[in-house]
Amino acid sequence: MLPSKPLRAPMTEFLQQIINGLIVGSIYSLVALGYTMVYGILQLINFAHGDIVMVGAMAALFASKLLMTLFPWMPGPLVLALSVVAAVVVCVPLSLLIERIAYRPLRNAPRLAPLITAIGISLTLQTVVMVFFGRNYHEFPSLVPQQPIEFHGLVISVTQIIILVLSFVCMVCLALLIEKTQVGRMMRATSENPKVASLLGIDTNKVVILAFGIGAALAGLTGVMLAANYSLVHFYMGFIPGLKAFTAAVLGGIGNVYGAMFGGLILGLVESLGAGYIGPLTNDFLGSHYQDIFAFVVLIAVLTLRPTGLMGERVADRA
Amino acid sequence: MKAIKPVHLALILVLLILPPIVGTAGGAWVRILDFALLYILLALGLNIVVGFAGLLDLGFIAFYAVGAYLYALLSSPHLSEQFAWIAAMSPEGMHVPIWISIPIAGLLAGVFGILLGAPTLKLRGDYLAIVTLGFGEIVRIFLNNLNAPVNITNGPQGISQIDPISVLGVSLAGERGVVDFWGFSVSSVVAYYYLFLILTAVAILVCFRLVDSRIGRAWVAIREDEIAAKAMGINTRNMKLLAFSAGAVFGGISGSLFASFQGFVSPESFTLFESIVVLAMVVLGGLGNIWGVVIGAAMLAAIPEALRLIVIPVQEAILGPGNAVIDAEVARQLLYGLAMVVIMLWRPSGLISSVANRPKGKAAVQTTNEEPVVPELVTLNAKI
Repeated sequence: MLPSKPLRAPMTEFLQQIINGLIVGSIYSLVALGYTMVYGILQLINFAHGDIVMVGAMAALFASKLLMTLFPWMPGPLVLALSVVAAVVVCVPLSLLIERIAYRPLRNAPRLAPLITAIGISLTLQTVVMVFFGRNYHEFPSLVPQQPIEFHGLVISVTQIIILVLSFVCMVCLALLIEKTQVGRMMRATSENPKVASLLGIDTNKVVILAFGIGAALAGLTGVMLAANYSLVHFYMGFIPGLKAFTAAVLGGIGNVYGAMFGGLILGLVESLGAGYIGPLTNDFLGSHYQDIFAFVVLIAVLTLRPTGLMGERVADRA
Repeated sequence: MKAIKPVHLALILVLLILPPIVGTAGGAWVRILDFALLYILLALGLNIVVGFAGLLDLGFIAFYAVGAYLYALLSSPHLSEQFAWIAAMSPEGMHVPIWISIPIAGLLAGVFGILLGAPTLKLRGDYLAIVTLGFGEIVRIFLNNLNAPVNITNGPQGISQIDPISVLGVSLAGERGVVDFWGFSVSSVVAYYYLFLILTAVAILVCFRLVDSRIGRAWVAIREDEIAAKAMGINTRNMKLLAFSAGAVFGGISGSLFASFQGFVSPESFTLFESIVVLAMVVLGGLGNIWGVVIGAAMLAAIPEALRLIVIPVQEAILGPGNAVIDAEVARQLLYGLAMVVIMLWRPSGLISSVANRPKGKAAVQTTNEEPVVPELVTLNAKI
């Protein structure tokens, strides 16, 4: 048993875990959207997407430090907002560049090839960032008030409220984009059947660029969210969230945008509740440091038991 | 067996006298040769899974870890220190002879191969990759955390004081690093080199026999077109499980060799990066081509070590002393990452393609104008 946790009413504890789960889940949702949009059109798992998140966090770190040095009078939230802009400005061209040089030539190649390339790109991104930022953990500056807000025993920080609100806004905007606009119709058509869509006059390359671009923008934003929430930035920080986000996308049904949003939240809840309760459940044999395993177990369970995911199309063949 | 040409004999001779030659530059270089041979063994194992059977396994290092840890547990004082009943049986620490512990390590790894392969049988290429990656990470996390409440793996600190291999009573670690047997005196790393060389030769022989057998042909059939293979009567489920476990056995045995060679194992040696390294070796060499994989593994194991010597001096010559930006470890990672990207873009069938012998005139079905079809990369699981 962890000795230093304050005792709270079980219901409050449960609600706190739910809140934590929703917060971390919305982060997974945003990253999962990037995976699912690319997969829906190209059938490619963009292995490097998690590292784009990391690059976003690094860009935000650099920008915030720069702004705080050049303009020390600037209020924290403004620095944070500009860092987000910086992260997006860095991530989107980077992701489009990767698409152009590494994935587009392999558009017609057998499926193993782009996957291996993506792994190589992921490794290269991590290494390049390691060269410029070193192997150490960097501290992300506190730009918003750090005092957590208490409400009937539930604790939430300002950063986390911002994360929840921003994620919700982004998801609503993306849903509106996909449903109500011409561009969204193009994306839906292309993800349903790229060849027929191109026959109908849709430029597949443009849609791919759009998918990568939106995904990268969300990734940049998520990088800043992670950095602000955990106050730590590290060259390897994108890998685990990336993998979990992919799990979320599969859980929701890969290729399905709403599935990604839904799957992310569910995964966040599963992880938070699981980490909170697994100690007592297994008599302390498994502790909360096994938290990362939850995502993998969920992934394996989903792919074994319900490969369509909760909302999507079949991803496994009949044996 | 193909006819043995003088070139082959010359090559064998070079391999046999390599250590003393390399050893004049220092024992560290012979150690590099030893690790290169271990990587070759690993790459041969992964080649069975990815190259022959077409199952992209990103968690292969888990089998390496299982073999290494099992050997470590059976040949070190750790278990005797943790459990009183084991200490009662063997107070000096467990010293299971290698003739038992290495096969058991391979066997357990094979069982793990089946366990980890079983949930993946229905999955398509990308999902198989991610799930196997997940399994690799799960194994590593367990190894890192199984030190409470019962200390089995000693967590992040790892297991040390592992027995070196002893052949015919002669320990290969020797006295002060020098092994004496029958009047000959070689350094420990050289002795290990010959041991690994023999085992690698056996492994290569096994691979060649496998590829020419019914099992090997079944694997290649599954790789090329699983549905057609099933239609031909191949039990794809069993063959896939067999591929996983065969590759895992290779991994487990090389893991136990690694544990005995290094004398120490910790979860740090079995990260996802190592899985990717072995995959890079197989991809570079040419998926499915045994000699290609051997060469690819040897190159990707040896080049970073050679780079280690020149990376810093070259940068200091250009940028000035103390301004080196890329150190040897970074160069190694960069090499692997870029190698995978470049190989896939430029020559996806690897250095030595297993279709290299196809007559040039024949144009098989062309999918694009730039690339001829690369059969070993075709996974016919298109959306219907």
